[in-house]
Amino acid sequence: MTTSHILEMSDIAKSFGKIPVLKRVSFNLRRGEIHALMGGNGAGKSTLMKILTGVYNRDGGSVRIEGAEVELHDTAAAERAGVAMIFQEFSLIPTLTVAQNIFLKHEPRLPGTPFINNAEMVRRSRDLLHKLGVDIDPEAPVGSLSVGYMQIVEIAKALSKQARILVMDEPTSSLSEAETEALFALVRRLRDDGLSVVYISHRMAEILELCDRVTVMRDGQTVLTEDCAAMSVEHIVDAMLGAGNTASFTWHDRGELPDAEPILRVRNLKLDTRIQDVSFDIRPGEIVGLAGLMGSGRSEIAETIFGRQSPVSGTIEFDGKPLRGQADAIARGVALVPEDRRKMGLVLDHSVRDNIVLPNLDRFSRHLFMRDGAAMTTVNATIRDLGIKTDGPEKLARLLSGGNQQKIVIGKWLARNPRLLILDEPTIGVDVGAKSEIVETVRAMADRGMAVLVISSELEEIMAISDRILVLHGGRIVQQMNRRDVATEEELHHAIQGHRIHASDARHA
Amino acid sequence: MQSKATASMRPMPVMPKIQWQNYVVYIFFIVVLAFFGFTIGDSGFLTVTNLFNIARTTAMITIMAVAMTFVISAGELDLSVGSTAALAALVGALVMQAGYPWPLAVMAALAAGLGVGALNGFFVTVISIPSFLVTLGMMQFIRGLDMRVTYTNPVSISNQSFNAIFGSGKFYGLPSLLIWSVVIAGIGHVVLKYTSFGREILATGGNRLAAEYSGVKTRKVKFAVFLLSGAAAALAGMLYSGMMQTARFNFGEGAELMAIAAVILGGTSLFGGKGTILGTFAGSLLIGTINNGLIIMGLDVSEQMMVAGAIIILAVAFGKKPNG
Repeated sequence: MTTSHILEMSDIAKSFGKIPVLKRVSFNLRRGEIHALMGGNGAGKSTLMKILTGVYNRDGGSVRIEGAEVELHDTAAAERAGVAMIFQEFSLIPTLTVAQNIFLKHEPRLPGTPFINNAEMVRRSRDLLHKLGVDIDPEAPVGSLSVGYMQIVEIAKALSKQARILVMDEPTSSLSEAETEALFALVRRLRDDGLSVVYISHRMAEILELCDRVTVMRDGQTVLTEDCAAMSVEHIVDAMLGAGNTASFTWHDRGELPDAEPILRVRNLKLDTRIQDVSFDIRPGEIVGLAGLMGSGRSEIAETIFGRQSPVSGTIEFDGKPLRGQADAIARGVALVPEDRRKMGLVLDHSVRDNIVLPNLDRFSRHLFMRDGAAMTTVNATIRDLGIKTDGPEKLARLLSGGNQQKIVIGKWLARNPRLLILDEPTIGVDVGAKSEIVETVRAMADRGMAVLVISSELEEIMAISDRILVLHGGRIVQQMNRRDVATEEELHHAIQGHRIHASDARHA
Repeated sequence: MQSKATASMRPMPVMPKIQWQNYVVYIFFIVVLAFFGFTIGDSGFLTVTNLFNIARTTAMITIMAVAMTFVISAGELDLSVGSTAALAALVGALVMQAGYPWPLAVMAALAAGLGVGALNGFFVTVISIPSFLVTLGMMQFIRGLDMRVTYTNPVSISNQSFNAIFGSGKFYGLPSLLIWSVVIAGIGHVVLKYTSFGREILATGGNRLAAEYSGVKTRKVKFAVFLLSGAAAALAGMLYSGMMQTARFNFGEGAELMAIAAVILGGTSLFGGKGTILGTFAGSLLIGTINNGLIIMGLDVSEQMMVAGAIIILAVAFGKKPNG
């Protein structure tokens, strides 16, 4: 008897054309647990969840919910069976109110009429949101909410349909730390009330903190299902990569760098955001990590160096001379891989080739005319060097996975041989495999003398890649330390919250 | 390991596949030609004179549509081209009427077009008003100006050099209007496809922010396409006046919509980022051929409009990609 399992997916098979994507996958979900589902891109986890939510039809196997076999031919059938999914890109309509969104397509009616009972809808929304412990006005338009609140409205929408199984796909990828904490508390509370949650995420630390069990998929099969208490990050990464290949995500001491003049010198930078007084240097060949809370102004520092914003006061010198705007910065070898690759990094409906060529138009044109042959050589080299997995250079960027898209954005700048590369959240939504490849590329470029500034919310990443770490807090660099003097991620975590740590005194308060 | 991952990621077996949707304008063009050829071929449709006639009457739409391809590819729209054409025609005609040589008239007409383009570009890029609104207002304003300049009186053009070059003449047996449209489409094709400016236009329309982060000065690009559109409208206006040997305030009425239809029929994305001049040229010829064939078939104007409208919707529907 397996009555403790609310969901049993057994021997699920699915092929697209001749390519098997799921090879007899089994996945069980207990009543009232948070179950992490992990795997690299193409491992099959999203296909499996699309079968559960009725987006795809399976080729073989069975799905049981509460012990009874269910057919899930479409999303409506999945909804009736009590399955709801919260998508990475929210399915909310920004111009409608919170209540209108929650009850979209199942609005309460005035008894005996086809007309919507607005008062009832608002009242029930308020109750739901109250139960979720948030104070959101049901009559506010969704577009006016923060991303964290939108996420909660999504959950309310699922609950309003009596969902018993909730699938969450990368729910924290655009949340701040505080919002993430609040979301976790909420998800735990819902679990304690008996909701069962499938939680998809790339963030290891998060998984171990939140989830009860974890299932790892690789190449269309489940390779591991285990209690989280028994797991470590290395364990999970090993299972995902399939080999003992985690070297690139562990830190290497790159030794003392040759004493060189700093290539970038930032002095007393004040911006009209929260940045009050920031000064730091970066030397050629050095990888500097900038750690700080979400919203602390990290990205604005990057944008200012790249010349997209002007400082209120302070100076930015590159190679001994001040930087004058974006065109000057690009011409002199500054490159920025921006925070949001889909919005700022890529023309999604253009090919891999066109995206790589875009910042290099000046190099690949003569008397206005494009030299496509020369461009193609560089494009092919970039695809090869960065290991961009694509059917070819003409494939649309939109069709590539997050990790490969990010490799395009990095590659298009590396094609210019920049002298300073700024990476703003380089591995958000990037799977472990691509993540370690990106880290390796960055290390290789630094070894050849490129200066690198890495901004990241993932302390794990800062810890893995940096030679030196800057801690931003309250608009100032409150601490600079060599990576080798920081023993654990917890220390760094403490530092960005505003507590000073001392290299000599690793035991913090 | 790497190749294995690639294989399992591919949703479908990769086959060399021709996307016939990309060629729907050419297919429609051939189908329409064949249809008219069989039904009214012996009523004069298939004569060289008539085919030249199609090319002649579509020249102005073609030229405005070529520039419109640039504008739409950059993610904008220009509704003011029709009334700008009339303005340029009137300016040119008045300069010649005042006794100045025709090259000066041409320059004045072009200046009028560039002036309207600069105004459009200013309001779109500096004041940041959506181009639909700016050019809708401009369309109205300029048409009013057209009427005001001569109190709706036509201005006749007696300069035969001007009339020959811009409209009624023939060179090596080819109508000058045909030559103009082929030359402009050729230049447009090369610029959009083979220059860095063309790439900048497509990148700007595909994702303005990503283009900016890549160093493209998107405001300059947008300003430039409005200038081009104004200049093309001015040229079209001169062609109208050269063909009619007179300039009228109502030249180019509705031409902006025909030009947009030609662009979209040709396969350019209405949302920017993807454009083809050859498709536009074919789209313009398709519209011209339909109109011409329907006239020869003896349909009256009301019927012509209904059939032409229906064919445009059908062609766009067929050209739509599945799930796109």
